[in-house]
Amino acid sequence: MDVRIENLSKSYGSQKAVDSISFDIKSGEIVGFLGPNGAGKTTTMKMLTQYMEPDSGKVWYDNKSSFDVDIRRNIGYLPEHNPLYEDMPVMDYLAFAASLQGVPDSELSSRVREMVKLCGLDVEKHKKIGELSKGYRQRVGLAQAIIHNPQILILDEPTTGLDPNQIVEIRELIKKLGREKTVILSTHILPEVEATCDRILIINKGKIAADGTVQDLRKQSEGKQLLQVKIDGAAPQLISDRLKGIPSVHQVNIIDPTQGRFEIQSISSEMPNREIYKTCVEQNWVLLEMIPFETKLEDIFRDLTLN
Amino acid sequence: MKSAVWIIAKKELRTFFDSLTAYILLIAFLGFSGFFTWITGADIFMRKEADLDVFFSVSKWTLFFFIPAITMKMIAEENKTGTIELLLTKAITSRQIVLGKFFACLMLIAITLLFTVSYYITVSQLGKMDHGATICGYLGLLLMSAGYIAIGLFASSITNNQIVAFLLALLIGVFFHFLFDMMSYGATGFFGQLLSVLSVNKHYDSLSKGVLDTKDLIFFISLTGAGLYLSELFISKRAK
Repeated sequence: MDVRIENLSKSYGSQKAVDSISFDIKSGEIVGFLGPNGAGKTTTMKMLTQYMEPDSGKVWYDNKSSFDVDIRRNIGYLPEHNPLYEDMPVMDYLAFAASLQGVPDSELSSRVREMVKLCGLDVEKHKKIGELSKGYRQRVGLAQAIIHNPQILILDEPTTGLDPNQIVEIRELIKKLGREKTVILSTHILPEVEATCDRILIINKGKIAADGTVQDLRKQSEGKQLLQVKIDGAAPQLISDRLKGIPSVHQVNIIDPTQGRFEIQSISSEMPNREIYKTCVEQNWVLLEMIPFETKLEDIFRDLTLN
Repeated sequence: MKSAVWIIAKKELRTFFDSLTAYILLIAFLGFSGFFTWITGADIFMRKEADLDVFFSVSKWTLFFFIPAITMKMIAEENKTGTIELLLTKAITSRQIVLGKFFACLMLIAITLLFTVSYYITVSQLGKMDHGATICGYLGLLLMSAGYIAIGLFASSITNNQIVAFLLALLIGVFFHFLFDMMSYGATGFFGQLLSVLSVNKHYDSLSKGVLDTKDLIFFISLTGAGLYLSELFISKRAK
């Protein structure tokens, strides 16, 4: 199921939480929602799941935009903070969630068993939810979101509280689900987006600040190419000054004067590698290392959201 | 496919019996009503009549206090823990949520009242009993309970604090239970009549005397409907 958002806005009092945002998500796409706290990620998700009504704008699910039960049946949702019925046993709760989403009685127990297996809940399945650790609660939350095999999956911070092994498992699971479903997930963990998502939407102050693949975003932040070099043969200050003289070099930082390590930032997207090499040869310096660095997603994120 | 109302009702009813709520209610209600019906005060043996009037008038008060205690957590807790978001994003309407919770409470009360059928059997052995009046009395108790459950759910739907929900339900209940009745004595004309019509006491008393009047039925059904409608309204409004 495709999801299309059209000029969606929502205010809390005088504060605009979501300010006229629009985007499309195709079926089979995993989209990562990024943004600082209070950027409007959760509010947008609440409107996508029909928990909240937007002040203006529309959400289209394929060609329907009505506020109704049939659309909600196709959505699986893991809310922020993962609320659960503490006093219900895990299996009962999963069956309850499934039957509310219209899973017929005859398939109920097989669906529950499948979810227990898929989400690794086997050891804890007879316990009450209140007795579970945070990681297992998170798995229960995920299990109830996917138990009715929804076409759209909306996950608000799905990996909080999980240990590194579980995080890898859940990411694999989300990737697997994402092949045939529309998945929208929000997170603060940037490597997670790189690992799981096909596309990134960065939201800041209720507006979309960037939209594209990780590669697209890297390209957008041009002039931020980084090189680390190690040069021997002259005083660091002298080398630094010379390197600054190269036209395509924007900035040179001395990282380690005793070892002769420098960090070089280029002006445009073209790398100054050749010029640096030529300068070294001319000056009779020894070029020991030259390592190109990719711009980190963290830096892109900071760039887009801090001003 | 099963009805969503029934799925919710079954889950709530199970929660009553999984926690101690149901058992405490059963023991306390049967204890109170049994004590006053059989052991002390104007009890059944003093009356020299084979009827359950004493039981009905005691139950009127016990249920008045117990029902808000049952309903207080029904929606307020969902609001507090955020599970209401889970429910509202499922393929069900807020009306189905409210109705499910309403029927769960009503069934719990019905189960409790079922235990007092033993009183009925015992008393019917003691003398000639007016069976019609007794059945009317039970019907009155159930209808009154339905009304107070609806009020309780409404109180629970507008807050996320259970204590507030409990006290608010009692506060609204007090007006219907006897304040409207008392005020109607002092008021005249249309206003006095309106107050008298709104009194649960009046309608309940006539039912428990064995008079089955459509006016009383309509009153209780409207009271219940109004309470449930308002709860539904507030459940969907909180999310917006």
